[in-house]
Amino acid sequence: MTEHDVDKEYWRWDEYHWKDPDRNWKDAKIISAGVDVGSVSSQAAILTDGELFATANMRTGHNSPDSARRVMNWALEGAEDMTLDDIHYIVGTGYGRLKVPFANKAVTEIACHARGANFMYGPTVRTVMDMGGQDLKVIKCDERGKVLNFMMNEKCAAGTGRGMEVIADILRVPIKEIGDLSMQIDEEPPPISNICVLFAKTEVMGMLYEKMPVNVILAAYATAMADRVSAQVKEAGVEKDFVITGGIAKNRGVVERLERILGVKSLKTHVDYQIAGALGAALFGKVLYEKSLKK
Amino acid sequence: MITAGIDVGAKSVKVLIIKDHDIMNKGMGFMEMDRERSIQKIFDKCLAEAGLSKNDIDYIISTGAGRKFVPFAQSNSTMVTCDAIGIVKLEPSVRTLIDIGANDARAVRFDETGKVIDFAVNEKCAAGAGAFVEAMARAMEVSLEEFSELSLKAEKTIPINAQCAIFAESEVVSLVHEETARNDICRSVHDAMAGRIVSMTKRLLLEKDIAVVGGVALNKGMMDSLKKDLKMDFIIPKDAEYIGALGAAVLAGQEMNK
Repeated sequence: MTEHDVDKEYWRWDEYHWKDPDRNWKDAKIISAGVDVGSVSSQAAILTDGELFATANMRTGHNSPDSARRVMNWALEGAEDMTLDDIHYIVGTGYGRLKVPFANKAVTEIACHARGANFMYGPTVRTVMDMGGQDLKVIKCDERGKVLNFMMNEKCAAGTGRGMEVIADILRVPIKEIGDLSMQIDEEPPPISNICVLFAKTEVMGMLYEKMPVNVILAAYATAMADRVSAQVKEAGVEKDFVITGGIAKNRGVVERLERILGVKSLKTHVDYQIAGALGAALFGKVLYEKSLKK
Repeated sequence: MITAGIDVGAKSVKVLIIKDHDIMNKGMGFMEMDRERSIQKIFDKCLAEAGLSKNDIDYIISTGAGRKFVPFAQSNSTMVTCDAIGIVKLEPSVRTLIDIGANDARAVRFDETGKVIDFAVNEKCAAGAGAFVEAMARAMEVSLEEFSELSLKAEKTIPINAQCAIFAESEVVSLVHEETARNDICRSVHDAMAGRIVSMTKRLLLEKDIAVVGGVALNKGMMDSLKKDLKMDFIIPKDAEYIGALGAAVLAGQEMNK
């Protein structure tokens, strides 16, 4: 083990910014943006006339206003010479939605996720499961992406992205490799027995000591997580079409096991699953701006 | 007659040896990765200190979360049973016991013979166990001892929103970044956890006297928070960490006499 390895942050997922190369924002009539300040990650999405133009996704810092500013600036950095002043309307959402200093309005992440998922996956979506860094949300929505009802767990790290980060760190496996690795097994091991992530950490250390292969431990954790999440969503139920958003949606180890337990496949899309909230906020931004013009 | 009780906890193993009615020796050690080897090592050390060999022990009972991993024990019993028997032996006036260990906590109510009447347990979630305070001390980069002392110097408490230990770690780190007084953060962590212990305890009818035992009973800061929240006096017996092992050793004697 080199000194570098000791400092390596295995939990760290890719931060990025993106811009649609085929769009010129200067042609747009309405530019709206959404900023989703989550407890673990923050995203910004900029729309030109209701179409996705630029996005950014990064880790949330200790301070919400600062995180909002940083992620928005990063999205703008990718968006040629666009500045904050060029954006007509900005909506803040997520855990830190009231602390987005430059937002015109705040909208709850429940509404934004449903709206964003409707845009990303189409009008057939009825159940959005957002598997975020620190919470789990199950949102039922109609064909316009309007929320019908929802349930939320934000009390416990079991079944959240943060829990997965802890396991990535202890196993020294980069987080984005976990999904594939956990599928490279001959048969499914029994799930990790501890629900509490802090206790599961100790259990994983014991498994390592017993020389259990890392992919098997990951499979055991992914199954435990899928079990936990499916138990939590049982009451709400999962109606088709079903989609998973948030960072965990990128982990096929959890997604495929969850689909197996629930007996329903989730729709997939090319848009970043973590962007749903910010995208929904930006869509609300467009509508709110149009309304303000009519007044 | 010589009997031994072994309490195999999540973090440490406690061994206590009784000759007739008196405690002959006791000892504890940390649980290492090889569970059975750790238990054997700690047991052997305690025997050697008492000048005994394994053959001198008439009956051994194991207890605690890892009670099934003691191959040389004649039988095992639950912590609820052993805690009640142990505390009544040591402090006969106690009727309600709160045991806060590294990975679990329990409240037990019993009669004057140590027979259990009612109990409540948390063993699923670190938020109500010693592991919670340890995780917060790690997040603040201080030892558990320092953490405890800091909290006693606090001027105020701030609500910790997160219940989950994993989330509370981030919250505590944020508080440190916001330059919240470290004393106050430590106090707030203890207060938050005391609240959870009290709500577990209040599922029982609290009968006096009350005793608090387990490793966390040695954390003065935490005990201060617990006292304020419980609004009832409690005693912390000497050998507070050994009550389960003591109960197991006493129970072993009772089994012999059957």
